Amino acid sequence: MIRRASYGEPARIGWLEWLPWAAALAVFFALPEYVPLGARILVYILFALSLDLILGYAGIITLGHTAFFGLGAYVAGILGAKLGVTDPLLQMAAAAAAAALLGVATGAVILRTRGLTLLMLTLAITAILLEIANKATALTGGADGLSGISVTPILGQFRFDMFGKTAYLYCLLVLFAGWWIVRRIIYSPFGASLVGIRENVVRMHAIGSPAYARLIAVYTISATIAGCAGALLTQTNQFVGLNVLSFEFAGELLVMLVLGGVGRIYGAFVGPLVYMIAQDQLAKQFPEYWYFGIGLLLVAVVLFARGGLLGIADRVVSKFRGERR
Amino acid sequence: MSAVLETRKLCKSFGALTVAESIDFRLEAGARHALIGPNGAGKTTLVNMLTGRLAPSSGRILLGGEDITGLRQAARVKRGIGRTFQINTLFRDLTVLDNVALGIAERSGIAARLWRPASSFHAIHDESMALLATLGLADDAASRVFDLPYGKQRLVEIAIALGLKPTVLLLDEPAAGVPSVETGRILEVLDGLPPEIAILIIEHDMDLVFRFARRITVMVQGEVLVEGTPEEIAGDRRVQQVYLGEQHHG
Amino acid sequence: MEAFLSSLVSVAFHGAAYGMILYVISVGLSVTMGLMGFVNLAHGVFAMAGGYILIAAMDRFGVSYPLGLALAFVLVAAGSVVLERLLYSRLYTAGELAQVLFTIGLIFIAVATARLLFGTLQLLVPLPDYLKGQFGLLGRDFPAFRVFLIAFSAVMVGILWYGVERTRWGAMVRAAVDNGPMAQSIGINTRRLFTITFALGSGLAGLGGALGAEILTVQPTYPFEHLVYFLIVVAVGGLGSLRGPFFAALLIGVTDTACKYWVPQFGAFFIYVATIAILLWRPAGLFGRQG
Repeated sequence: MIRRASYGEPARIGWLEWLPWAAALAVFFALPEYVPLGARILVYILFALSLDLILGYAGIITLGHTAFFGLGAYVAGILGAKLGVTDPLLQMAAAAAAAALLGVATGAVILRTRGLTLLMLTLAITAILLEIANKATALTGGADGLSGISVTPILGQFRFDMFGKTAYLYCLLVLFAGWWIVRRIIYSPFGASLVGIRENVVRMHAIGSPAYARLIAVYTISATIAGCAGALLTQTNQFVGLNVLSFEFAGELLVMLVLGGVGRIYGAFVGPLVYMIAQDQLAKQFPEYWYFGIGLLLVAVVLFARGGLLGIADRVVSKFRGERR
Repeated sequence: MSAVLETRKLCKSFGALTVAESIDFRLEAGARHALIGPNGAGKTTLVNMLTGRLAPSSGRILLGGEDITGLRQAARVKRGIGRTFQINTLFRDLTVLDNVALGIAERSGIAARLWRPASSFHAIHDESMALLATLGLADDAASRVFDLPYGKQRLVEIAIALGLKPTVLLLDEPAAGVPSVETGRILEVLDGLPPEIAILIIEHDMDLVFRFARRITVMVQGEVLVEGTPEEIAGDRRVQQVYLGEQHHG
Repeated sequence: MEAFLSSLVSVAFHGAAYGMILYVISVGLSVTMGLMGFVNLAHGVFAMAGGYILIAAMDRFGVSYPLGLALAFVLVAAGSVVLERLLYSRLYTAGELAQVLFTIGLIFIAVATARLLFGTLQLLVPLPDYLKGQFGLLGRDFPAFRVFLIAFSAVMVGILWYGVERTRWGAMVRAAVDNGPMAQSIGINTRRLFTITFALGSGLAGLGGALGAEILTVQPTYPFEHLVYFLIVVAVGGLGSLRGPFFAALLIGVTDTACKYWVPQFGAFFIYVATIAILLWRPAGLFGRQG
C-alpha cells in the first residue's frame, strides 16, 4: 500500500503499523543475543526513513545523503572524544543541529538544479566532507577512525551496558520519534505538496506552490533526522570510521531502501531489516558473493520489482483478494 | 473599460529567433477574449510570459495596473492569474480530488502545514468536491487521473485552475486532443464560468472561438496582426489571407 | 626560481597525462548521457575492465603491450554491446532513479567479480622496455611512458574528433544529441546509433583504463573510487559535448596534480570545491547548453 497524504482519505494508524514496534520489543525480551545487531538495524531504519522522505516522497535523487549521517556521527564522536561533552542527548542535539545547518545551506544551493547536476553536487559535497574527515586527523582520527568516545548515562540514569540493552531501547525510542515525525509529515498538506512536486513540478508552479522553498524545508528535516541517526551509530558503537561518508555506504543505503520499497515509509523498515540480517548471516562467510548478490538484487529489483519487497507483498495481497471476490 | 492584464512592448527572443515582437495586449475585466493565429505564431509563448514561466527579453506586464514583470510564477498565481496547459499537465498518479485539492490548499495558505493530516482539513475537501460537482466530475473524484478518458482529463485541467479562484484565466487550447463529440461538454463548462473572471483562450477550433469570444486577437509570427470583435475579425482581409495561406501549406 | 620552474613544468606534464586519460575514459560517458539521457554511473566499470584485460592478457597469455591495448578496446566494446542490448535498453524511459539504482547494482557486481578473479590487491602493468626510461625534450628528461600516453591519447582524440565532425556517423550522432525525436523522424535509426556509440564510448573507456593503469591504479574498488572524477569531467564539461569534457579533463588533471604536489594536506578538496562553484555558475557545465 502506497502511503501518502490525500485530502480524501483519513490518516489513521492501522493495526499493522504497530507491528514493527511490537516485534522490536519482542526481540528485546526474547532474543537478547540479537540486541546489538538489532540496535544497528534500528539506526539504519532511521537513516533509510530520512532518505525515503526526500527520495521517495519529494523525488530528490541524491547520492550524498551520507553527508548528514556522517556529519552527525562525527559531531557526536568529536564531542565525546575530544571536547568532553559526554551527555548523549546533548551530543545528539549538536549532531542534529549541525546536520540541519548543513542541510539548509547545501539544500538552498543545490535544489535549484536537477538531473546529473544535482547528483554531482550531492556527490561532491559528500566527497568534500570525506576529504576533511580523512585529512583532519587531529579531530577525526583520519583513516584509523575515531575511538575513545565517552558517553555518560542517558539523563544520568541509564548506562550504556555491554550487552547493548540500553543502546537498543534508546535507538528504538529515537526511531519511534523519527517515525512519528515522518509519518505526520507525509500525511500532511506539506507532504501532499511534496508528492505534487515529485509528480509534476510544472503544475505545482502553476498552482502557486513555492516548490523550491518546500524542497529546502524537507531536505533540512531529512538531513536533521539523518544526523540523529549518525549520532546514534556513534553512541552505540563508540567508534566512527571514514566509511560513514563513503560512496559505497550511500549505495548500500539506497539498496536497503529500494529493497524495502521507495515512498512507502515501511519500505525503510523492511529493507534494512532484511539487508542487515542477510549481511550478518552471509557477508562474513562469503564477502565476494555478498557484494555480487547485492548488485544482482539491485538490478533485479529495478528490472522486475520496482516497488521492492512491499510492492511484491501488495501485489500478492491484491491478487489474493481479487481471487476471493 | 479597465484592463485587468496588460502588456507593453513585450518581446521575447531565443538567440537570433524572435518569438514575440513588441506585443501590446489588453485583457479587460470579465473579458471573453480569444487569441488565434497559425502554429508558431507565439501564442503559447505569450501565455508563458504572462504566467511567469518564461521571462520576457524586454517589455512590461501589468496586472491591475501593477508591474508584475519580475514576479515569480507562484507570486502571480497568488495575485489571481490561473492557467491551463495545452498538453495535460496533471498529477497523473493522484486522484481527481487530490489534483484539485492541492491547488485549493495552496490558495488557502494551508499547503505548508506539516503536522495535521491533509484529510482533516474538511474545508479543502468540501470545496474540492463542490467544484468537481459543478464540472460534472463528482463521480470521478476518487479515480486516478491516469485512468480517466482524455476529455475528462481536460476538464480536470480547468478544474485545477478554477480552484485557484483566478481573476484572470488563461486557457491554452482547452479542447486540444478531445474527440469532437466531447468538445460540446467543454464548451458548456466554458459558458458556465463565472462572468467576473477575465478569460483569455487560445484555440484552433474556430467554431468554439466564435461561439465563445467577444473579442479576438490574431497573432502572426510573434506580432499582433489585428484585434477586434468576432465580426470584425471574420471580415478582415489580412486574417483571411493568413488562414488561407496556412491552408495552402496545410 | 629554476627549481620552481622545473616543478611547474613537471606538474603541467603529469597533469596533462592524467587529464588525457580522464578524457579518453570519460568522453564516451558524455556522449551517451547526452544522446540517451541515461545516467550511467557504471561507466568506470568499463575502464576497470580495460585495465584488467590488459594485465591479464600480458601476464597470463603473454600477449604484447600493443595487442593488449587493442584487446582492451575490442573486448570492452563487445561486452558493452551485450550489456546495452540486454539490460540498459530496458531502462531508457524508466526515469533517473531506476537508472541510478541499476548502474549502482552493476558497480557492485563488477567490484565483486573483479575481487573474485583478481584478488583485492592493485595490479601493475608489465610495461615493455621501450616505454620505460626517460625521454629527452628541450634539455629536460620526461618519463617515456607518460610522453607516450599524451601522444597516443592525442592521436585517439584527433581521430575521434575527426570522426564526429566529418563522418556520416558523427553527423547522425550530433543530430540525435541536438534533437532525438527530430533525428528519428528524418530516418536515423537512433536505436542502432546508440548501440554503436555506446560500444565505442565504452571501448574508449576500456582503452583509457588500460592506458592509464599506472595513474588510476587497477583494483576492484576502481569504479567507486574514480566515478566522481569521471562524472565531474562530464558534468563540468557539459553533457553531450565533445570539446567541453576535454578542457574539463585537462583542467582537472592539472589542478589535481598541482594540489597533490603543492598542498597534499588538502587532498582533492579544491577539485570538489571548484566543481561545485562551476556547476552553480553554469549548471549545464562549461560547454553545455544552458537550459
